Amino acid sequence: MRKGKRMQENTMAWLFLLPSLIFLILFTLYPIIKTVYLSFFQSDLSTDRPIYVGLTNFKMMLEDEVFRKAFINNFWFAVGTIPTSVMLGMLLAILVNRKIKGTSLARTAFFYPVVIPMVSAAFIWLFFYTPEYGMINKLLHLLGIGDLNLLGNSSTVLIAIIVMVIWKEAGFFMIFYLAALQNIPKELLEASHIDGASKWMQFWKIVFPLLMPTTLFSVVIATTNAFKTIDQLVVMTQGGPNNASNLLLYYIYESTFRFMDYGKAATATVVVLVIMIVIAAIQFFGTDRKIHYS
Amino acid sequence: MKLIIRISTYLLAILFALPLFGIIYMAFKDTKVEGFSVTIDNFIEAWNAAPFASYYLNTFIIVFGILVVQLFTITLAAYAFARMNFIGKGTVFLLYLIQIMIPIELLIYPNSNTIAQLGLYDTKLAIMLPYFISAFGIFLLRQTFKGIPYELEEAAKLEGCNRLQTIWHVYVPLAKPTYIAFGLISISAQWSNFLWPLIITDSDSNRPLTVGLAMFAKTSDSGAQWGVVAAATLFVIFPLLLAFFLFQRQFISSFMHSGIK
Repeated sequence: MRKGKRMQENTMAWLFLLPSLIFLILFTLYPIIKTVYLSFFQSDLSTDRPIYVGLTNFKMMLEDEVFRKAFINNFWFAVGTIPTSVMLGMLLAILVNRKIKGTSLARTAFFYPVVIPMVSAAFIWLFFYTPEYGMINKLLHLLGIGDLNLLGNSSTVLIAIIVMVIWKEAGFFMIFYLAALQNIPKELLEASHIDGASKWMQFWKIVFPLLMPTTLFSVVIATTNAFKTIDQLVVMTQGGPNNASNLLLYYIYESTFRFMDYGKAATATVVVLVIMIVIAAIQFFGTDRKIHYS
Repeated sequence: MKLIIRISTYLLAILFALPLFGIIYMAFKDTKVEGFSVTIDNFIEAWNAAPFASYYLNTFIIVFGILVVQLFTITLAAYAFARMNFIGKGTVFLLYLIQIMIPIELLIYPNSNTIAQLGLYDTKLAIMLPYFISAFGIFLLRQTFKGIPYELEEAAKLEGCNRLQTIWHVYVPLAKPTYIAFGLISISAQWSNFLWPLIITDSDSNRPLTVGLAMFAKTSDSGAQWGVVAAATLFVIFPLLLAFFLFQRQFISSFMHSGIK
């Protein structure tokens, strides 16, 4: 009887999982396996069917100038966006987490970039950055500085995109920090105030450590974002000039849909998958899990 | 000190808002005359130049189609993970975790392949399919379900509710803030989705707003056309901004009560 009941529970649980599991397998698990498999084959317009080539794809990838550039760019893009947007998110949350006139309006201003699509954000900033007509250049003209083509110059293009992405993302982290700040017991802050702690001390000794789980969570989101969002490149730069703003996913996109080099696309995808797994592992083993799940 | 904080808050807010004011200014500015005068010509021209009505409809179908299926799949899976014991629970939980680690967006190459093999290229269903499950939503909801007192489930059982009825009458109503938070996140994420629909569609009858906007801008990228592109950009963001301004309070408070901390 008890055994029968347990069987019934098992069947029911798996039935509950079935609808989501089908899509999980079809669009996440199966493609991961297939990509790893395909990365060992040559498959492009010159091959009728995939030919097994061992590690050749990986070797060619390492020698590919464009891939190396995309890899290095993506590294700097991650470094430029992750800590800045998370820290700015924390700062914004602290600023609007008080009842003064206008904070609700400020909150709206900080959060609306999150709500709008990246593509439209990209168009908005394109208008900002463009030479001659662009607003930044009009400002520079007023100051007597000549034209600056921020997106057309390989030394400034990545920074220009990083600035835009920080603007787009910071408000998202602000919301999580706001939620965390409101969960900090008031008594704790009052007690430390009575003990004579300055605001500055209070922040570093009490608030900042209590915000740690939120910081970790935000860093994880910001990290995946740094690899998965390239809408802005399609609109603003097409990876240019001279691949100066090419990122890994854009490289995969171009390999697949412009050059039809599927072996290359699969191999580059494997590289990104490995990066994501390494990041997840660092996060899993490198952080105190007690903080994380308490 | 207080004053400095206040002023810097306002300054930052203005800085953040500038791009929005910029695009509104460009969309309403009459390019034919010197100086600034308000016109809605840009909007009319954009609306007539591309099938925006059809883009709107497509976006609506895609966004709400995904949301309805998601609500169904995440509720069942979240309940199973929160309140049921079954063989393989730990392993299958890890499989769901993979989707958090490796977002679907990274798998454009193999997934576009799968869609082609299924014969679904250039359909709205192809845009929706990969998003019918959200591991993020499942974890969010599982957390909320776990916080609901088990006695309530037992009481429902005593009243003769079966499992599905218990979920419907006990868990779903009590998890309302989480559903709202997830729904808003899902809607804005899907409304914004670009790369996947760009890859997987080839006709205006299936393109969502974001892809339509990019296609439209491509055909009109001279400086004189910018007012029109700005107007088209506003078409894409206006419903989202309106919804956000109207429901801002609810949006932020759902976030805070949804268990994401």
